[in-house]
Amino acid sequence: MSVRERAAEVAGQVRDPEMPMLTLADLGVLRGVEVEPDAVVVSITPTYTGCPAMATMRDDLVHRLNDAGFPHVEVRVVLDPPWTSDWISERGRAALREAGLSPPGPAARPAGPVMLTLGPPRPAPPCPRCGSAATRLTSEFGATACKALYRCTDCLEPFEHVKEI
Amino acid sequence: MTDEQGSIFDGLIGGDSSQWAFGTDFEDPLAGVDTTVPDGVDRADLAAYCLMLGDDALIMSQRLSEWCSRAPDLEEDIALANMALDLLGQARLLLARAAAADPGVVPVLPEGSPVPAEDALAFFREAGQFRNVRLAEVANGDFAHVVVRLLLFSVARLALLERLRASDDKVLAAVAAKGVKEVTYHRDWAGRWFLTLAQGTDESHRRLVAALDALWPLQDELVSTHPLERSLADAGVGVDPASTRDEVDAVLDQVLAVSGVDRPDRAPLAGVGGRTGRHGTHTEALSRLLAEMQVVARAHPSGRW
Repeated sequence: MSVRERAAEVAGQVRDPEMPMLTLADLGVLRGVEVEPDAVVVSITPTYTGCPAMATMRDDLVHRLNDAGFPHVEVRVVLDPPWTSDWISERGRAALREAGLSPPGPAARPAGPVMLTLGPPRPAPPCPRCGSAATRLTSEFGATACKALYRCTDCLEPFEHVKEI
Repeated sequence: MTDEQGSIFDGLIGGDSSQWAFGTDFEDPLAGVDTTVPDGVDRADLAAYCLMLGDDALIMSQRLSEWCSRAPDLEEDIALANMALDLLGQARLLLARAAAADPGVVPVLPEGSPVPAEDALAFFREAGQFRNVRLAEVANGDFAHVVVRLLLFSVARLALLERLRASDDKVLAAVAAKGVKEVTYHRDWAGRWFLTLAQGTDESHRRLVAALDALWPLQDELVSTHPLERSLADAGVGVDPASTRDEVDAVLDQVLAVSGVDRPDRAPLAGVGGRTGRHGTHTEALSRLLAEMQVVARAHPSGRW
């Protein structure tokens, strides 16, 4: 295994601080790991512009790589292309479901001007607990920037849905 | 203080930078981003333009965050805080972009101050140095007021950011591409609540119309052009807000028609000698907002805690 592969493997195991069932790689936030002459350079991209977890992600990446024998680590931010929920891996989606969260559907990619949506935003996702399709949006904003709140009208449990962006 | 307490605080102070009052995130939020200024663009003009877009987001974010714990229910409280956070994130990148383009815009702080450039711009400028539209700064009212304010603001900002994605400035283009996704959610939230309040009870309808009437004079500024915006639009870096006017009108008319609310017949709020928020001429509400927002940072310009 090359040095780069070893560094990439360590970085790939670091978990998201707010959704620890996901690695940063499964979330699509980890954009690259390169070995430069004086440092390992890890590139990450924020899910939302104001995501407050970025500093924790950086610290976790630095510490984990330090512990694995990479003393010099630089974490860079990539803004372009912007993160999309489509980058969440299949393994990540399964991990979300396992943890009782509803994974995002495909993100919209409007060609022209963005349409205003005054009705229900999209077909409601099925309940990640009981599988029922009878769910209702409580709020498009949740405990973190990337989640919406839903409630299942069959099992009556509330659940979080990772938003499509 | 006992030794035991001392050791707890030692752990806080000796550790990650995430414990500092300033610099609580990446030291440079644009680390790794190409901040080359496009050919033929004046650095000072680009910085001033970034302050306009950044200050809109910052001041709006501050007003939204004042809603924390005051919304009608928990879900809407969280929604307002989320939107404030999105806009704060946009403001942070835009102010950092202003500082990277022209370090001359950053207020000078005492030697050794840990305050990063974007925080210096947020906390150490006077009201007259802010370039935000006045809609963002006026004092909060009731829930209908924040719904109307967010509708007017996000309809215009989304139309602007959609166009700004094509900017020759890579940072502005990237901030816009992310911002479009975020502000789409803000605009939908405001549009749905506008409709809900308009068709709710007599009281909710009355309050909505009153808020719309009060804020309407500030709408025109969102789609009016400052000379700097025109010159940066000509340079392929900025967007002339007037170019969004038709789209903004169409979206607002759609919301008003569905809601059964008439477009207010009120003239735009005049500036002072033609000067408005974009020129740094504000209502007195901005000074009050800044007094609260800046007081702690200004009391401790070298603060580490």
